[in-house]
Amino acid sequence: MKFAPRLLAVMRKEFLQLKRDRLTFAMIVGIPVMQMLLFGYAINTDVRNLVSAVANQANSHLSRQFISELGQTQVLDLRYVVDTPQEIEALLEAGKISIGIYIPPDFDRRVIDDRRAAAHLMVDAVDPTVIGVANQLRNMPLKFDSTIAPPARAGTFEVRPYFNPERRSVVFIMPGLIGIILTLTMMLFTAVAVVREREHGNLELLINTPVSTTELMIGKVVPYILIGIVQLALIIAVGHFLFNVPILGSILDLYLAASVFIAANLALGLFISTIVKTQFQAIQITFFILLPSILISGFVFPFEGMPRAVQYLGEILPTTHFIRITRGIMLRDTPLGDMSQELLALGVFALVAMTAATIRFSKRLD
Amino acid sequence: MNSNAELVIKARGLTKRFGNLTAVDHLDLDVPRSIIYGFLGPNGSGKTTAIRMLCGLLTPSEGSATVLGLEVPENANALKPNIGYMTQRFSLYGDLTVQENLEFIADIYSYPRHSRNARIEELIEQYDLAGQRTQFTGTMSGGQRQRLALACAVLNKPQLLLLDEPTSAVDPKSRRDFWAKLFALADAGTTILISTHYMDEAERCHRLAILDHGRKVADGSPAELQAATGMSIIEVLAKDPQAVQRELDKLPEVASITQLGMRLRVLIPDTNSDPLSLVDRVLVAMNLEASTEIVSASLEDVFVAATMEDSSVGEAA
Repeated sequence: MKFAPRLLAVMRKEFLQLKRDRLTFAMIVGIPVMQMLLFGYAINTDVRNLVSAVANQANSHLSRQFISELGQTQVLDLRYVVDTPQEIEALLEAGKISIGIYIPPDFDRRVIDDRRAAAHLMVDAVDPTVIGVANQLRNMPLKFDSTIAPPARAGTFEVRPYFNPERRSVVFIMPGLIGIILTLTMMLFTAVAVVREREHGNLELLINTPVSTTELMIGKVVPYILIGIVQLALIIAVGHFLFNVPILGSILDLYLAASVFIAANLALGLFISTIVKTQFQAIQITFFILLPSILISGFVFPFEGMPRAVQYLGEILPTTHFIRITRGIMLRDTPLGDMSQELLALGVFALVAMTAATIRFSKRLD
Repeated sequence: MNSNAELVIKARGLTKRFGNLTAVDHLDLDVPRSIIYGFLGPNGSGKTTAIRMLCGLLTPSEGSATVLGLEVPENANALKPNIGYMTQRFSLYGDLTVQENLEFIADIYSYPRHSRNARIEELIEQYDLAGQRTQFTGTMSGGQRQRLALACAVLNKPQLLLLDEPTSAVDPKSRRDFWAKLFALADAGTTILISTHYMDEAERCHRLAILDHGRKVADGSPAELQAATGMSIIEVLAKDPQAVQRELDKLPEVASITQLGMRLRVLIPDTNSDPLSLVDRVLVAMNLEASTEIVSASLEDVFVAATMEDSSVGEAA
């Protein structure tokens, strides 16, 4: 029976090759460990520290005590203190907060009135988890030292959903999905770009011509920006016409931001391409970056619910910033100017990745 | 910058180390204009590494090189428009057609737009590619690919052509045609540096450097090299060449024996005044039936003699 020795020979050969492909070897350990860590930290159904703003127009002893109790629940991070509900709306629109608490001037009287809610919760209804938090807070008991806490009432808060009145989750998912799809396709396009030419031997010829590194790098990126723009139009059309995802803001802003985001991903792909040796490795690295882009970018799980360290990690990913922008433009009609920081982050990322790729790509072979 | 004894390539002590391995070891090189200069050497003798250093793809570990009056690798960028390079492996785009590849190369070299198409037509004609114009290069034969690669290398009318084993994947007919093209180019003033491990190709070069383990062990014209092997070559026609080889191998004077069918080529250093009778004595003593004669050195003998001198470095034969 020659089956067994031949089978063993094939298996031994596979192990030998695997052992020599260090990157694949690292991925065998890296992918499951990273996935477990990210999922473990990112999944967080009991949300904590949602960034919120307070406008306390009652400014009474009772209202201040109420606010301090709200803060102690640790569900909310009362980061902004403003004067008017309009200011809260502005913060909501800019995507700076998820929840606003408006305490009207007659708060003290409302507290003892059964028929009226004591205060308003202004909620960014785009994110289902935020709605969950709002519903949880809605009937939070008012327990003041005086025992006047009324039994049945209209609820402590009146919840006012913004941006997604019907509270459909497809509306929440779709803008983020644009980011995920573009991340995957764009990064893959260029991640294999340089290695493919190296594998085919084209590169040795190219670097012996007068073409400069910059020309080569930019020339490789620009055609794919156009492809990315076409892809974006396709996703938006399907989302808008099939799933009724609104586009409240400027579509031009959306395209502008997307162009920078696409460039960032292409540049990142190009950088990957300069550090890997084979196309297979390039694909592995792409997936290695795609995973956190899905899990810790705020696409599925609320950003605020994650530990601080994971949040910092998320801030490095272009997808995180782009999802904030798409949700802002499509669902809240936020002008791009109000999210200039996110756009700047994308621009800086694109520039750094492009520079790194250009430096890494040497016109020499040593 | 033109001087009468102009050197297109001048290298002094050019050395490249990869870790412990010295791929090119203190190479001195003088290549005059308008000739075909050959690098002859076995695989791993440093031919490719030397060519890569000369076009600025690799940084030398030691030494210096001037190509077309420009220091490499420092001024490699200024050099690029004036050199044509053919890699060992076919390196054009397999998913582009012949025409598209030529257009791409022309544009990469910023070939003047108005004369670009005329130049491409000229090359398609010269290199006999008219039938393949719209064919993807990935599906072409070795000979066709090689013609296209050479057409691309000469497209910008370079002063210097660097060809790294360009004929390793083609049949003898294509090789002969290829060499005819090279002679025409050299006649027109192009300097050509070509690496090979084929003796018959080396024989066609105007000048030749024999590389072994990264070192230049001989250089000169093929005729000069053949005249200066420092060896007497005795051809032995024997009934049992294997038995003769076994006996002759025992002589300390014998430097090398190569079997060619029923014949043996025996190399004996020319410090020995009477090599023929040395061999004959052994054959008579061992009662082996054979005839012997002194012959002139072939390039292969030159190669064997030249690469033998440092056999202490290589494997024991």
